[in-house]
Amino acid sequence: MLDFLTRLIWRDKEKTGSKHVAKERLRLVLVHDRVSAAPQLLEALKEDLIRVIREYIEIDEDALDVSFNSIENTVALVANIPVLKIKKVIA
Amino acid sequence: MKGKVIVITSGKGGVGKTTTTANLGTALTMLGRRVVMVDTDIGLRNLDVVMGLENRIVFDIVDVVTGGIKLKQALIKDKRFEGLYLLPAAQTKEKTAVSPHQMKNLCQELKKEFDFVLVDCPAGIEQGFKNAISGADEAIVVAVPEVSSVRDADRIVGLLEAAGLRKNQLIINRIRPRMVKRGDMMDIEDMIDILSVDLLGVVPEDESVIVSTNRGEPAVMDASSRAGDAYRRIARRLNGEEVTMLPLDYSEGLVNKFKRMLKLASR
Repeated sequence: MLDFLTRLIWRDKEKTGSKHVAKERLRLVLVHDRVSAAPQLLEALKEDLIRVIREYIEIDEDALDVSFNSIENTVALVANIPVLKIKKVIA
Repeated sequence: MKGKVIVITSGKGGVGKTTTTANLGTALTMLGRRVVMVDTDIGLRNLDVVMGLENRIVFDIVDVVTGGIKLKQALIKDKRFEGLYLLPAAQTKEKTAVSPHQMKNLCQELKKEFDFVLVDCPAGIEQGFKNAISGADEAIVVAVPEVSSVRDADRIVGLLEAAGLRKNQLIINRIRPRMVKRGDMMDIEDMIDILSVDLLGVVPEDESVIVSTNRGEPAVMDASSRAGDAYRRIARRLNGEEVTMLPLDYSEGLVNKFKRMLKLASR
């Protein structure tokens, strides 16, 4: 019985051990570090995005904003792209 | 003879760069290689005290690079080991006293004489870091299993790659198997996964390192030191041997444990 209990407590600890917090925090902080260390990555991504979207939609290229945001426990790539005109749909 | 220049770096201070340099340098000479350890932490030199050679310094790295002192005059020969030398840092000069170009030339010069040139890098990513890596062929990044250290190590790996260094290997220092086991310390896999670099070795937290530093005798000289054993294994890897990674929960044999107890008791 005692053995069972300690195993239960042990397993619980495994999940809540502070290393998981450490790993999560590291993952988030490194996304931001790596992006700010290589701003050219975002610039290149932006240019490629514009190139693809232009095929379908007319957008305000100067107002386009792409960045990384931390939302709860995930990192999101957030793109704010003002639309000027949707191109005529070719059926 | 054409040696290899390896810079030992970490970004964050206090994670064991100097201890690692001293132990690997000593262990490599124990394997019969010729080694020079270069302390590039100008203004805050420490490799000399960790090696117990602080009383033998006459000239330093700045004297060699700018003062017209010959390398042979400045190199301190460690009398305990055949083929082990130290080039100490200057204690009273600025980090800018040496330029990356001068450092590169110095490393080229040392490479002709030694199998291994181990460059102990200062903490930080400024001039001192740039100097230290400028002559390096490869790098060893030292990190402890803490968020701040791994974060800095990640930045350092990025900077090393940007500087054209392709072979960057990780030493995880001061790991505590018991804390890892109970989920309160990042594991080896966790750190490798995050940093995406090759693992060179793992050194357990070990009080004997403090004892050996107190005495100015690297832990590798102590046959019963666990950290010393880890460093000896890493040195063999650097020397081109295939040495298996010990599992974290590796327990030393009863005989060794007993020996260690006896040794501690006799102190």
